[in-house]
Amino acid sequence: MDFLVQQFVNALALGGTYALLGLGLAVVFSVLGLINFAHGELMTLTGYGIFYALFLGLPFPVALLIGVTLATVSAMLMERIAFRPVRNSSPTTMLLTSFAVSTILHILFQNLISARPKAIPIPDALAGAVTIGTLQIGAIQLISIVVTALSLLGLTLFLKRSMLGIAMRAAAEDFNVTRLMGVNANMVISTAFAISGLLAGVAGILWLFQRGSVDPLMGFLPVLKAFIAVVLGGLGSLSGAVVGGFLLGFIEIALRAYLPDDALAYRDAISLTLVIAVLFFYPQGLVPRRESVR
Amino acid sequence: MTLLAIKDLVVRYGAIQAVRGVSLSVGKGEIIALLGANGAGKSSVLNACMGLAPKAGGSIAFDGVPIERETTEAIVRRGMTLTPEGRRVFAALSVLENLEIGAAASAELRRRGRENREAMFELFPRLAERRQQLAGTLSGGEQQMLAIARSLMSQPTLLLLDEPSLGLAPNIVDQIFDLIASLKTRGITVLLVEQNVELSLDIADRAYVLAGGDVVMAGSAQELRASGGLERAYLGAA
Ligand SMILES: Nc1ncnc2c1ncn2[C@@H]1O[C@H](COP(=O)(O)OP(=O)(O)OP(=O)(O)O)[C@@H](O)[C@H]1O
Ligand SMILES: [Mg+2]
Repeated sequence: MDFLVQQFVNALALGGTYALLGLGLAVVFSVLGLINFAHGELMTLTGYGIFYALFLGLPFPVALLIGVTLATVSAMLMERIAFRPVRNSSPTTMLLTSFAVSTILHILFQNLISARPKAIPIPDALAGAVTIGTLQIGAIQLISIVVTALSLLGLTLFLKRSMLGIAMRAAAEDFNVTRLMGVNANMVISTAFAISGLLAGVAGILWLFQRGSVDPLMGFLPVLKAFIAVVLGGLGSLSGAVVGGFLLGFIEIALRAYLPDDALAYRDAISLTLVIAVLFFYPQGLVPRRESVR
Repeated sequence: MTLLAIKDLVVRYGAIQAVRGVSLSVGKGEIIALLGANGAGKSSVLNACMGLAPKAGGSIAFDGVPIERETTEAIVRRGMTLTPEGRRVFAALSVLENLEIGAAASAELRRRGRENREAMFELFPRLAERRQQLAGTLSGGEQQMLAIARSLMSQPTLLLLDEPSLGLAPNIVDQIFDLIASLKTRGITVLLVEQNVELSLDIADRAYVLAGGDVVMAGSAQELRASGGLERAYLGAA
């Protein structure tokens, strides 16, 4: 029983991180139709932001704040500098632009910082475990779950209650008609990038807690997984990204826990096969994006 | 006084020239009908006014100010908006949210949002009963009412309406036309694109007939009705 609960907690923690990353991808895709392949670099930027903040002797919480802010501002700058000029071009052009941004940042990290990992000392308090009854839950897992829940709640409130949030949902359905309401197109897109950067920053911190170091490729694997989660949930659907993220987390943890040792090497292959199986039955994803009726 | 002046407007989509030098004017307080067969270029004219269709020539002035280079949202803030063809309500948003976003154009409008929403519910009681319903689940007629109400939330001085009667039952069409006629008494000027010629001429002061991207007839509603050339314009463009 405890083992099961333990794995459940692990799955929630991992799935939550995928969900936050997937949401970041989905928010941008929903308003712009762009899969931002430079999303992983935002995570990596968070890592380096924290590394240098700690290097300068700033307290840990301040370093985290700097990391998240760096990702948010960078996402907005990315939009302003790289994506706005090609906004009205073909989807392929935008996609290639995001590859270019990703590659450029990657090369800059390698040449200006280092190709090797930089260690980030995690405070001892985070390394411990919390005991609930007979259950031991890692502090990091617990933090991941709480932070994910708060982020999802905050984003939901923003999208439901604020004018800008309503405008973003409207723009996801029909961008031109949203502009006919007098909503500033640049503002909506810029906000989408700010949210995606913020989420990438938060997910970046959670990822860092797990691995304790940052390198130029830090964001690559988790964002690849998040992309799979987004497709699984339904491209462009925000709730789909969350569902897909958690489902992928559960699949991965279940395989890690129950697969016989000599099959563990095939973990990713098996989980991707499962994803393909789901898509076979739900080609639009589990929670397809709603399009306006025309 | 002229509120909207379009001169020699050309709209081109790649190789297709949809509008070939259209000139028309809308005076303050008028209801102007823009008629024509499918593909005549009516929607292209309206979309070009709102900065949503690619203009290849000509000029558009709203309230004396050239607007052909302005963004859609800037034009809305000047007081002109469009209720697009096919309604295009935000299906996944509630009726209330659709109206809320209609008031997004300025802080002043947002502040008066609640008050204006209630005014819309008075104008369209059917929407009032369905505040929390998702717009995508409304009937076609209700969606058209919502689309118009949503446009009115920006308190436009000039409302462009693109085929509001499209696909609606006759009694709903009558209601919609009554409403359009009543906008005049609220001080809203209307440029109405329609295929329902009879009803349009009933409420319009003047009308233009478009065929193949050109204005082929223009005049007061009575003149056009009397001339009998309308059918030819429709058939000729098919
Ligand atoms: N986005 C577009 N891309 C390419 N061609 C277009 C586009 N929009 C309209 N057209 C073409 O421009 C011409 C005029 O179209 P428009 O929609 O303005 O006509 P309309 O008078 O509104 O017709 P309807 O009564 O059917 O709505 C048509 O030949 C149409 O195919
Ligand atoms: Mg049309």
